[in-house]
Amino acid sequence: MERVGNLVGWQDIVREEPGKRVLLNGNEAMARGALEAGVHFVSAYPGSPSSEVTDVLAQVSENFNFYVEWSVNEIVALEGAAGASFAGLRALCTMKADGLNVAYDFLTSMNLGGCRGGLVLVVADDPFGHSSLKEYDSRFLAAAAWVPALEPSTVQEARDMVKWAFYLSEQIKGPVMVRSVTRVSHSRGIITLGDIEQTVREADFRPTRQFHTFTRFHQEVRERLKQAEELFAVSPFNFSFGAEKADLTIFTCGPGWLYAKEALTSLQLEDQVKIVRPGTPFPLPKQFILSHLNGAKKVVFIEETRPFLEEKVLAFYALHSENLGQIKFYGKATGHVSGIRGPECGEMNTDIVREVLIGLTGRPYHVPIVSLTKEEKKSLQASLPPRDYMLCPGCPHRASFWVVKSALALEGNNGIVTGDIGCYSMGAMETGFNLFNTLHCMGAGAGIAGGLSKLGAYGFKQPVVTMVGDSTFYHAVIPALINGRWNKANYLCIVLDNGVTAMTGHQPHPGSGKNAVGEEAEVVSIEEIAKSLGFMVKVSDPFRYNQAIQDVLEFIRMPGLKVLIFRQPCALAASREQKRRKVVVRQELCRGDACGCMRFCTAVWGCPANVWDKEREAAAIDPAICVGCGVCIDLCPAGAIVWEGDE
Amino acid sequence: MQTESLLKEPVNLIITGVGGQGNILVSEIVAQTGCRQKYNVVVGESYGLSQRGGAVSSHARLFRHQEYGPIIPLGKADIIFGFEPLEAVRQAVDYGHKNSCLIINSHPVYPIGVRRGKNKVPSLELLFKKLREIVAEVLIIPATKLAGQLGEAMVQNVGMVGALAGSGCLPFRADSFIEVIKKVVPPKARALNEKAFYLGLEEVQKIKSLK
Repeated sequence: MERVGNLVGWQDIVREEPGKRVLLNGNEAMARGALEAGVHFVSAYPGSPSSEVTDVLAQVSENFNFYVEWSVNEIVALEGAAGASFAGLRALCTMKADGLNVAYDFLTSMNLGGCRGGLVLVVADDPFGHSSLKEYDSRFLAAAAWVPALEPSTVQEARDMVKWAFYLSEQIKGPVMVRSVTRVSHSRGIITLGDIEQTVREADFRPTRQFHTFTRFHQEVRERLKQAEELFAVSPFNFSFGAEKADLTIFTCGPGWLYAKEALTSLQLEDQVKIVRPGTPFPLPKQFILSHLNGAKKVVFIEETRPFLEEKVLAFYALHSENLGQIKFYGKATGHVSGIRGPECGEMNTDIVREVLIGLTGRPYHVPIVSLTKEEKKSLQASLPPRDYMLCPGCPHRASFWVVKSALALEGNNGIVTGDIGCYSMGAMETGFNLFNTLHCMGAGAGIAGGLSKLGAYGFKQPVVTMVGDSTFYHAVIPALINGRWNKANYLCIVLDNGVTAMTGHQPHPGSGKNAVGEEAEVVSIEEIAKSLGFMVKVSDPFRYNQAIQDVLEFIRMPGLKVLIFRQPCALAASREQKRRKVVVRQELCRGDACGCMRFCTAVWGCPANVWDKEREAAAIDPAICVGCGVCIDLCPAGAIVWEGDE
Repeated sequence: MQTESLLKEPVNLIITGVGGQGNILVSEIVAQTGCRQKYNVVVGESYGLSQRGGAVSSHARLFRHQEYGPIIPLGKADIIFGFEPLEAVRQAVDYGHKNSCLIINSHPVYPIGVRRGKNKVPSLELLFKKLREIVAEVLIIPATKLAGQLGEAMVQNVGMVGALAGSGCLPFRADSFIEVIKKVVPPKARALNEKAFYLGLEEVQKIKSLK
């Protein structure tokens, strides 16, 4: 079975017949939902935890004859999808929460003029930040943009909601968002496959048709939201569970639904507590909510990231409190529902729900943990060393970081390094020598570098380097470079070109030479773009690190904005394709701690393949993971690390 | 196909290790095996940044009746299946209970803080001894070493699946796992993975027969 991105079992989305139960992850299920809705056009920029929706659709597009692209960024992706919708086709656009910000200018504009063919946005939030720098609640952005949003609790519902969202979008003639979270997108569960709709449609865009953004359309959007609320109210996505009438009621969205259910079971409270599960957080169906507030004395909110549902329900209550009587509310805004990081941080789980319920009901519960006293547990945990992220064995970014660190040390003027988003965000961590001074969002590093370099009049004299990924270069860096050229900025932009969008599962980008479906594509050359903007440009190899250091020094010392491209393929991608030469340690040359290098290869350089052989008290190479980049051969001060055969 | 019966409901299994050890493939194998035995399955996974050398854990839950969420509650993991001993202990302390079964690859992957000399590593022998005092069963498998004998240390993960199959912790026969392994592993790697599986299986049987 061919691996796609992070997925091994993806082929089940098309291999099995309708009616079959198959194991899919949430993203595969959403891809299946789009397939079943007969999607015609798919565009996306990858980002965890959303990437696999489009990863798998790209794999099956040929069989089903629809169009899929990885776009250069999220706003271009959404604009493309809107084009298809304007022509009457069904379009899907997927992104991670951060990407919604990029697409947001267009989303808020397009929503005013509306669209035609079903247009569905899948936005995947990442509560706890498993693979993101920030936690984000895109429901607030859906509400601010006046875009209806659905929120699945399970993998099955993820499929159902994406499919239904196309229908809703065509009913209201506006875009619809499906908000997923990591625990839906990256959970596997069993779903029953539905029929795949054959929606053969001709692209139909008549010259008389207009899709414009004008303020006067605001009333129409309000009407559209009313219509969405009515359709939500009769949809299968809002339901309740447990006690018919209960003093204590849980309102929950997303995966919280199953946590709440398990918490009730574990406390044997099923017949005393009611769970209300609205699957359509915006616009929240008012009558549904009010009918369940009626009779409740205490209401608990369980939802991911921020108190969105909580605030909406509180607002309804404020308007109807006279009829509803006294209700006490327990949620994130009130501070009652909290994980270890605090009320609005991290993700929900059954333990959090159970603690709240124990607090409100006094039910006894014995956590069946291992038999350790609190002190024993603490000391056992303290004895375990923490595990920070690490760049892969042979990762070219490690070499690039070392080159820049060395060059700036040689330059000696307290150089500043601004970072960016990708695997190389680890330049802000121990594994990247804590090199980055700033780290924010895609493209930010170059903009900040430009700003810093204009502070000469205020006494700022340090050299400024920004390090950006190749995919990031295309996505968000080019405008900052143009700005820098125009406004005479003075910094060095280093593009870390490893040939793919590595972090999110090795999707191709404009420089990869192929597109989403694996066809050959024109290479949009980073150096040609940079040259055309008038910059001094050089391509350098971070594995030839002495030369690379010289290149950095030369470029830093030149005035103006310069672009240096560090080109080496991603070690993970390269190791899948070919095994390179073997690296070994010449034992007679490695003198261990007597060398005086302070175990440079393991303690400083820190590639996971450089290991310390405790028995021999000397350096060694772990052949299982070494990819043969050979950088440590150049770095070992004793010359003890060599290519096999060169001993 | 005869359905093999589940001992309790739900059965909670944590698959833990370090990013890059093939955790996702294994959670796929376990989940697919459960699914083929007509169980409902949910697995909560982590990947993305966490795949880059960080600690990763997948929570897999098998059940027949009530549907469960993708995160196992504290103290509720029946099986902790660790590809890396330090991570296995970390999970056992929070999620294990006195009847848990721990199946652990003995080969440590040291965190960067240890490699840099900032953090110390506890004695694995003492850790395992402590674990034996607090949970029902601890099976230490030299999975990386066994995989090394096959010339490919990466297949330690499927070797560990063999150990899981042989441990009797899950009510699935070895051939149920093998069927799924054949399906999810690329054709050219099938023979190697099957060998790794049986090495793990034999190893755990050896350990159990000594008890």
